[in-house]
Amino acid sequence: MSSTQQNFAGCGDREGKMGIVKVRDLIYEYIRRDEEGNVEGITTAVDDVSLDIRQGEFVAVLGHNGSGKSTLAKHLNAILYPTEGTVWVDGKDTKDDAAVWDIRQTAGMVFQNPDNQIIGQVVEEDVGFGPENMGVPTKEIWERVEESLKAVGMYQYRKYSPNKLSGGQKQRVSIAGVIAMHPKCIVLDEPTAMLDPQGRREVIRAVRALNDVERITVILITHYMEEVIYADRVYVMDKGRIALQGTPREVFSEVEKLKELRLDVPQVTLLAHELRREGFPMPKGVLTDQEFLEALEHCVSAVM
Amino acid sequence: MLRDITLGQYYQAESVIHRLDPRVKLGTTVLFIISLFAFDGFWGYGVAALFLGIVIKLSKVPFKFMVKGMKSIVFLLSVTVIFNLFLTPGEPLVQIWKLSITREGVRLAVLLSIRLGFLIIGSSVMTLTTTPNQLTDGLERMLRPLNKMRVPVHEIAMMMSIALRFIPILMEETDKIMKAQLARCADFESGNLVRRAKSLVPLLVPLFISAFRRANDLAMAMEARCYRGGDHRTRMKPLHYEKRDYIAYLIVIGYLVAGVAAGKLIPVLLGGVVL
Repeated sequence: MSSTQQNFAGCGDREGKMGIVKVRDLIYEYIRRDEEGNVEGITTAVDDVSLDIRQGEFVAVLGHNGSGKSTLAKHLNAILYPTEGTVWVDGKDTKDDAAVWDIRQTAGMVFQNPDNQIIGQVVEEDVGFGPENMGVPTKEIWERVEESLKAVGMYQYRKYSPNKLSGGQKQRVSIAGVIAMHPKCIVLDEPTAMLDPQGRREVIRAVRALNDVERITVILITHYMEEVIYADRVYVMDKGRIALQGTPREVFSEVEKLKELRLDVPQVTLLAHELRREGFPMPKGVLTDQEFLEALEHCVSAVM
Repeated sequence: MLRDITLGQYYQAESVIHRLDPRVKLGTTVLFIISLFAFDGFWGYGVAALFLGIVIKLSKVPFKFMVKGMKSIVFLLSVTVIFNLFLTPGEPLVQIWKLSITREGVRLAVLLSIRLGFLIIGSSVMTLTTTPNQLTDGLERMLRPLNKMRVPVHEIAMMMSIALRFIPILMEETDKIMKAQLARCADFESGNLVRRAKSLVPLLVPLFISAFRRANDLAMAMEARCYRGGDHRTRMKPLHYEKRDYIAYLIVIGYLVAGVAAGKLIPVLLGGVVL
């Protein structure tokens, strides 16, 4: 596939060109064992993946279930270690035991189920948990908690019990909990998979704001196409390998290829694609309603 | 809904007692309970009643909440009172068939009900004015010396607070599983005890599996947020003794002295009248 090897010199024009995450030839194998502990077989969850993510980028990793995207994400936070290959986060090798805590602080991680990652019984206490673990002085913890809760728009809920919040709100609290550790990079492992559409919008809005305003590198793992269109770059994973990569526009131009990988494309993109196949002069990779309307107007005036 | 339940029995109010350091409240409760068993004679209990009364008044928690705790021990209390009444040997007051109520029996029964009653009310005051969180924090700090004896105090406190956080979640989950099993004609209500216990299996197995899964996820999330035990950790809400806490300690010492003195001196002053 030629698009796998495309050159993306054009998308590094955001500030800070230093690589924050660098993955080389990463292979990760799960060893399946039967009840007696004998090796039954080996599953290669991530197969020869290399990627570079620059400071300040918004990168999305797409893939259906079992494509290895979550396994990849867990390598970026030193929760899993490569079977082969190397992962560097901010210049540090994740296999280096001495660097583990630095890496976890540099690359914060938000997980799928909001209930299983909130530790505190009050919102503000949960956000303070990370800084507490890092040994930040009390006064500074409070400042960090305040600023992180404000960054995700949850400041007015600081005294609430997490049990009384909606899924989207809980997930924003989890994100605040990570930001309070002042990471350079946030890895979000399907943060919206368990949320309703309203909650999904809230979370994605918060994530985009962090990337735009705070300039935090965002790595978003998801299988919702709509969340990907705001990314600077998209990696599509299949069977542990990177099957496609490029800007959202480049990736969504490959409608047929995406269908082959059992992935949907956003509805407007699909409609534009179908129109193009019927011979209308629609551009490739239409992403938003607005773009579609403009393209259609163009198209209609050309036909008339 | 289940998610609205409040844990423990914390009663939200703005009072001096609520603002006290949890360690003061824990310590006072322990001392108060000891004092109930150390005082002899009714004058000491008079002082205890006065002390308790003032604390309740200060706490701004309605008295009926304190009495709620009493309901659970009514049975225990009545059994002990009856046994003490009838089975204490001594000077008989009333004779019913072969059982006799003695003067000593009445004294013991009354003393015992006062002790148990005050004990329950006293500890209720503490749980009503302290959040479970503060209690765990207080316990962790008070038991810190045990760390030297290799008791994992921080870990125990962390387990307690995580348990408190997950109780409502697991209750909700139980509710969900129960409804799912009921929809498939599970029967949790009829049959004898053994049958009913057996019918809980399809409820407990999924619940346990999900609890383990949650524990696994939570452990990963905690590690991802740099959790590595109690060392090198700072606190967002550290416990500090303030002026009012020292005053509270002084008052408690005053109370103990007054109670002991009242038990010893007042009978002497009244010319040796022992109740």
